[in-house]
Amino acid sequence: MAETLLDIRGLKTWFKTDDGMVRAVDGIDLHVDRGETVGVVGESGCGKTVTARSVLKLIDMPPGRFEAGQILWQGRDLIPLPNEDMDKIRAREIAIIFQEPMTSLNPVYTVGGQIAEVLRQHDKLSRKQALDGAVEMLRLVNIPNPAKRVGDYPHQFSGGMRQRVMIAMAMSCKPKLLIADEPTTALDVTIQAQILELMQEMKQRLGMAIMLITHAMGVVAETCQRVVVMYAGKVVEEAPVEALFGNPRHPYTQGLIRSIPRVDRAAEKKQRLEAIPGTVPSLLEPPPGCRFADRCKYVTDICVRGMPPLKEVGPGHYVRCVL
Amino acid sequence: MSGTELLSVRDLRKHFAIKGGILSRTVDKVHAVDGVSFDIGAGETLGLVGESGCGKSTTGRCILRLIEPSSGEVWFKGADVRQMNGTALRALRRDMQIIFQDPYASLNPRLTVGAIVGEALIIHDLAKSQRALEDRVVQLLETVGLQADHMRRFPHEFSGGQRQRIGIARALAVEPKLIVCDEPVSALDVSIQAQVINLLEDLQEQFGLTYLFIAHDLSVVEHISTRIAVMYLGRVVEIAPARDLYDTPLHPYSEALLSAVPIPDPTVKRKRIMLQGDVPNPIRPPSGCHFHTRCPIARPDCAQRVPELRESRPGHWVSCHYRG
Repeated sequence: MAETLLDIRGLKTWFKTDDGMVRAVDGIDLHVDRGETVGVVGESGCGKTVTARSVLKLIDMPPGRFEAGQILWQGRDLIPLPNEDMDKIRAREIAIIFQEPMTSLNPVYTVGGQIAEVLRQHDKLSRKQALDGAVEMLRLVNIPNPAKRVGDYPHQFSGGMRQRVMIAMAMSCKPKLLIADEPTTALDVTIQAQILELMQEMKQRLGMAIMLITHAMGVVAETCQRVVVMYAGKVVEEAPVEALFGNPRHPYTQGLIRSIPRVDRAAEKKQRLEAIPGTVPSLLEPPPGCRFADRCKYVTDICVRGMPPLKEVGPGHYVRCVL
Repeated sequence: MSGTELLSVRDLRKHFAIKGGILSRTVDKVHAVDGVSFDIGAGETLGLVGESGCGKSTTGRCILRLIEPSSGEVWFKGADVRQMNGTALRALRRDMQIIFQDPYASLNPRLTVGAIVGEALIIHDLAKSQRALEDRVVQLLETVGLQADHMRRFPHEFSGGQRQRIGIARALAVEPKLIVCDEPVSALDVSIQAQVINLLEDLQEQFGLTYLFIAHDLSVVEHISTRIAVMYLGRVVEIAPARDLYDTPLHPYSEALLSAVPIPDPTVKRKRIMLQGDVPNPIRPPSGCHFHTRCPIARPDCAQRVPELRESRPGHWVSCHYRG
């Protein structure tokens, strides 16, 4: 049994709005073991990003609040932790990279300065040592001519290069867990391939775990060992990657996989895509039953009466569905 | 070329001037579209793929003359689009419509859905009376899977997928022949993407539409297109029937692009061709073949000579000195 790094139990992160309480994350369990890559997939508004930000307590409170649950980091609950202690965990133990590298880098500081700042925050280094460290980090993420680029500003980098800088910054304190929130969504496919490979390389070099948040099933299939599928603030299915794609059990997961056109299946061309009808439900005062019920083709009376429990259907394969 | 083409584009170019200095003189030019040629037959779907900045959207807009091309020819049903103005251009706009990527930005937030969809009907004088106008709008909304009572609502009351349906209804209003679909599903979630793709396919069959489908997502393009043109830095590097392109890509760029698409099946293991570096700056594109700086099979003369787009096998065109 591998050591569990992160163990989220029954987490509820809700947001108070003028219209009522938005249950963005509504009671999820999720764990990440040392050195593994866990994919968290789902569509916009399913709560995947809120989950990621909850772990690092990057949620503005108010309007957000932790309604219930625990976030155990190596056995210690982060929710009651004061900010000073959280600062020691952020970057040094858990680092995060975001979707849009341009908005997460400060445009008025050089990239070297920004990486050096992280290094100095967490280790006692001189300015010179920190800057040398920054050059080393840029070299590690394969930025050409790092000694010169260290003095450049974010706008002088392309999208892919900025994401490399973000990764360099995240890696600079050798975290045990990297949370990657849609790290390649804003990038072109050839650049996406480069960044995914870089993340894989960093993972092997530092032995860290990755929690990869994405909506792209293809990216999940190629990089993750275990996958958690979220829908409307709940985990609907969790499985090892082969089981999830080979034998998806939840109708939502099945729909997600079947609705993607496949490049490698030119032979079976002109097959109609299986679309999931309807749209994602509102998270304001959701109904008591299964949240996928009104889009599900197998829906029955039991589905709308109460939330189905997460049950084990195979080794490490859990599904929240009565069928 | 045969005479059945609905649209023919010949050596289309669009250079955007970069102004600088206190007199704001033209100091440089971005070669957004740099000599693009292709044909689209009636009823077919031509997919136009490439990465950001390759000029695919500019190409689409030049065809509609939403952007004036710098040079080149665009022929639609045998008429020269670039020479048209006034009445002829207005008539042309009835035949050619566009669906935009961003369903949030392309609908006027202050107009009701009925007014948005009905606007073109009024401009082109296609409704005899207020009653006829409303009937037609209702019919259009129902065609795209919306309901009659949606016409009195405003765009913000709809989800992304529904807004894209409104955009499609608006394009269909004037009964066009050609629709330029500029990244129509890129902003949508996967489950909604499939709904919109299926709708576009149904409408094509129902109304005999021709599509120019612009997208960066190769799997979507592969699914919907009859033929595909791959663009890189303002030029078409390969055109082929969709099946051929995926089975036997000839250009090294098409090959790398295809191999970079992640496949949603962990049991499929493929050899990935990793391209080094980024797309070069389109202000100073590389000499010779634009792709030679990242090409795994480049030879010295690739930097000297510009490869011609030539037919390597029937219907399969490629622009590479050493492939095909």
